[in-house]
Amino acid sequence: MTMTLAMALPARLINLNPVDWVIIGTYFLATLGLGFYLKRFSETGEDFFLAGRQMTAWVAGLSFLAANLSSLELMGWAASSYEYGILATHWYWIGAVPAMLFLGVVMMPFYYISKTHSVPGYLQLRYGEPTRMLSAICFAFMTVLVSGVNMYAMALVLKIMLGWNISFSIWISAFTVAIYVGLGGLRSAIFNEVLQFMLIWAGAIVISILGLIDVGGWSGLVARIHAEFPGQDYTHLWSGLGSFTANPMGVHWTGIVFGLGLITSFGYWTTDFLVVQRVLAAKDLRSAQMAPIIAAGFKFCVPFIVILPGLLGLAVLPYHLVGQTQAAATGAFSYNEVLPLMLARYCGPGLLGLGITALIAGFMSGMAGNVSAFATVWTYDLHRPMIERRAVRRGLLRPAAAAAAEVAGTGDIVGISGVVPEPLRSDKHYVRMGRASILVGVLISIGTAYFVMQFASIMDYVQALFSFFIAPLFGTVILGMLWKRTTGAGGFWGLLSGTCTSVGMWLAIKVNPGALAYVALSSHAKAMAANLYQALWSGIVCVLVTVVVSLATAPRPEAELNGLVYGCTLLPDDGEMALYQRPWFWAAIVFTVLFIGNLILW
Amino acid sequence: MAEAHRSHFSIWFYIGALLTLYGALILGSGLWQIDHPAPGLALQNLHAGVWWGGFLLVSGLIYLAVFRPRHN
Repeated sequence: MTMTLAMALPARLINLNPVDWVIIGTYFLATLGLGFYLKRFSETGEDFFLAGRQMTAWVAGLSFLAANLSSLELMGWAASSYEYGILATHWYWIGAVPAMLFLGVVMMPFYYISKTHSVPGYLQLRYGEPTRMLSAICFAFMTVLVSGVNMYAMALVLKIMLGWNISFSIWISAFTVAIYVGLGGLRSAIFNEVLQFMLIWAGAIVISILGLIDVGGWSGLVARIHAEFPGQDYTHLWSGLGSFTANPMGVHWTGIVFGLGLITSFGYWTTDFLVVQRVLAAKDLRSAQMAPIIAAGFKFCVPFIVILPGLLGLAVLPYHLVGQTQAAATGAFSYNEVLPLMLARYCGPGLLGLGITALIAGFMSGMAGNVSAFATVWTYDLHRPMIERRAVRRGLLRPAAAAAAEVAGTGDIVGISGVVPEPLRSDKHYVRMGRASILVGVLISIGTAYFVMQFASIMDYVQALFSFFIAPLFGTVILGMLWKRTTGAGGFWGLLSGTCTSVGMWLAIKVNPGALAYVALSSHAKAMAANLYQALWSGIVCVLVTVVVSLATAPRPEAELNGLVYGCTLLPDDGEMALYQRPWFWAAIVFTVLFIGNLILW
Repeated sequence: MAEAHRSHFSIWFYIGALLTLYGALILGSGLWQIDHPAPGLALQNLHAGVWWGGFLLVSGLIYLAVFRPRHN
């Protein structure tokens, strides 16, 4: 039945009306216009890479969330909710909110006070050059790959919805992002992300509202899913997690709590520079702390526009969607296409244009986040150290001076004054390098987009990437921030061994699928669950190796850890401040709401 | 409310302008569809374009008013 119906459906879901084209065209003009306008304010390194550190908590917070609210969020998680049910909500709630609150309340002071320009920059200050280089290379590799996934996802949507050629979609979207980020730098990326955030909500929430009316509210939705898929539990968050076989994902609660809630989530939301960069652009410490807390509040609400459409798809679509491989073989619609299908079901001319604009906005915000972060890490953490090493070899800079320059150099990348007589490179050189690296990053991402087409599931692929690099990175950063005994050697070897562990497990499963039973503790585990356990084991290995190597090597003097480590840093006094102005107060409120939400959907 | 102090540029005003334009377009399109329904669309009797377009239009105008540029 599924195949027959699907093959009877048209190759193009919808035809746009002139009003839809006007809405989509206006969006492209608005984003480009913003980039051209903001170019005049992005002439220095601090402006281009850190948006001048002038963003308010709301702008930084919404940008923080929008940079993550990419095509993967909109399409990928709607697809996952169709495939796995409401369990996908865990990636928004326990898999995001606690980590975001932790970033705002505990970690942000160290990032902000150290005046670092990037997460690898913090690792350089805390652990030294090798750890920074390892982290920067892994991060740069990951960002361009993820960016490629974004591009592919967008091209897929445009192909299904509008019948556009995939290559045309990839190139036109990539160069739009390259222009507006290349011109206005992080400021343009952030302002566009706030704009995109508003449009995503404006365009996507209509589907959920109309869908709920269609099925008769939440109780009607649950009843129709149960009728359509008897014997399967798609509507409970926790009650099916007591065993690997009692839920559609094939995951145990330990994987969700420890693999997702502790390792993957904290790794991504507290150490992935793609999102942390937005908060570093805040105008002061309190804004930097409030930004992730504001974002956490909105993150809690995102399932309403992402997960709910997938569940509604289970209830109302007259045919069943299938996996990507089966879809390619049979011509049926795949899970990844549930959101466009729901859009076509409910949205007429005008609303349809807004919905497609919301999807394109999501794709672009994700892409812009990746390329702007890539440009910063490449320029500050890879290109600049190369220049300094070359200068040391030529005798233009003494090694100690190079280290001092690193410590001193935040936004003031030529400001090695007093250490060397002449600047190594002008500020404009680094801005030019940032613009060039944005272009190169976009081109590499385009190549990645073609590569990604060979993979069966977009989300599983990206989750695998996160577990490679992000999970062990959290262990390295948090030990460095909270334990003064951690040494440079401990940080480096812990991060390297954690990353190798994750890659090794992934390869083992690829070579021998039977290895999944050992990695994920069950032969019933599916790819998504396996990624959680990979993250968990790699995080544990990273922490263990870091602790053991640190205890075997000489610690740094405490005086050198000021501003970097808890217990060695005098945090600024908040002064007289009302309760409602304190970051921890709002963090407590968001956490309470999260707790209640989990109880309701238990 | 300027988010970038040096540029005195408010992203909220910019968003308000876009929401106003989108709201007007969607409202107009929704009104037109009352007499010209699109084929194969679910819940057309609710006229979602009318109320959602109206909501965006009003929201956009509020943003424009609250975050309009002010000269000190």
